[in-house]
Amino acid sequence: MSGGDAAMRAFGADQPAPTFEEPAFTPLSKPLSEARVAVVTSAALHRPDQDRFGQGDTGFRALDRADRNIVMGHWSPNFDHTGFQMDLNVVFPLDRLEEMAADGVIGDVAPRHFAFAGNQPDTVSEVRLDTGPACAQELVADAVDLVVLTPV
Amino acid sequence: MSVLAHVFEAAGLSTVVLASMKEVAEKVNPPRTLYCEFPLGRPLGRPDDVDLQRDVLEKAFGLFEATGPVLETYPVVIEADETPLSCSIPPRHDDSLPAAVDEAQGLRAAYDRALEARGVTAVGRAIDADTVPAALGVLHQWSEGAAWHDLPLPGKNTVAVGHDIRAYYSEAALELATAPAEGRAVEAWFWEQTEAGKTMMAARGALKDQEAPFPFWFYMAPGHR
Repeated sequence: MSGGDAAMRAFGADQPAPTFEEPAFTPLSKPLSEARVAVVTSAALHRPDQDRFGQGDTGFRALDRADRNIVMGHWSPNFDHTGFQMDLNVVFPLDRLEEMAADGVIGDVAPRHFAFAGNQPDTVSEVRLDTGPACAQELVADAVDLVVLTPV
Repeated sequence: MSVLAHVFEAAGLSTVVLASMKEVAEKVNPPRTLYCEFPLGRPLGRPDDVDLQRDVLEKAFGLFEATGPVLETYPVVIEADETPLSCSIPPRHDDSLPAAVDEAQGLRAAYDRALEARGVTAVGRAIDADTVPAALGVLHQWSEGAAWHDLPLPGKNTVAVGHDIRAYYSEAALELATAPAEGRAVEAWFWEQTEAGKTMMAARGALKDQEAPFPFWFYMAPGHR
């Protein structure tokens, strides 16, 4: 049997993708050791008390720095969910960031982190024009400097 | 994720993407990309591998030294393993029940232990754990020829119910397994070795044969299966 990951990567490579003619490039404005870091993932993570992600959900959920009781609410059967069940850091590396902050590698860990669902409509227009900028505003409000994006 | 990187950079945030699909990252071209050829669903590589996870983050943070767009490849490749998880399946208990229903009931103790240990469960999108055996009962009847529109499925949405059944089995399996599960090992176990997996695949085929709408049945299983 051909591998599921190989099949998915081949599928992904064939999909139309949005392009950005004049992409923004924001240099890190301060040393890494002073930067506030947030994680944003497409794994549809949420706390049990938050709304689940619906099919085609273009919204996001905010997770607090201390949250560890988190569910992976992604609908796709086409990638592994069990790594996250064993250790959420494999998708949402908050424990690693806390260690790196304690070691002085990064400045500190943001108070909030954010999750989207990866299965977006092909145009991705909602994320580009609506929910993505809204999430960016939340990150800016929390004085975040650096965002690590983790897909699934 | 790569799209969000552009949106965030435009808002004045600095980003790095741990990309899992190289061609997509090359096309969307976010400012900083660390391509990691790891099992899909495991962007930091391996669960409980603190050193690897930290190294991935340090390599990603190293990309902030670049003064322009950069895409690097993480030097370690980890492949998913589609060898079924080594995990015992409960023996037949009640021969009067469809095998998948009997099996799901037999896994309940392991599921409950997993829930107690983790504190959260992914089951519950359409049905709760109590309803998993009944849902499998309906899927069994569909696979035996019952018409899907005459015999409703608890939870209704086949894809959501399928998710809940897989989550119930995955969480129980990780509790029963004697070694950590490689990427897709639980998937292989579920679809190749459990009665629930065989029943779901047969029900999926029955839906297709009954000309149910494509999204009703297709997303019940991984596309390559």
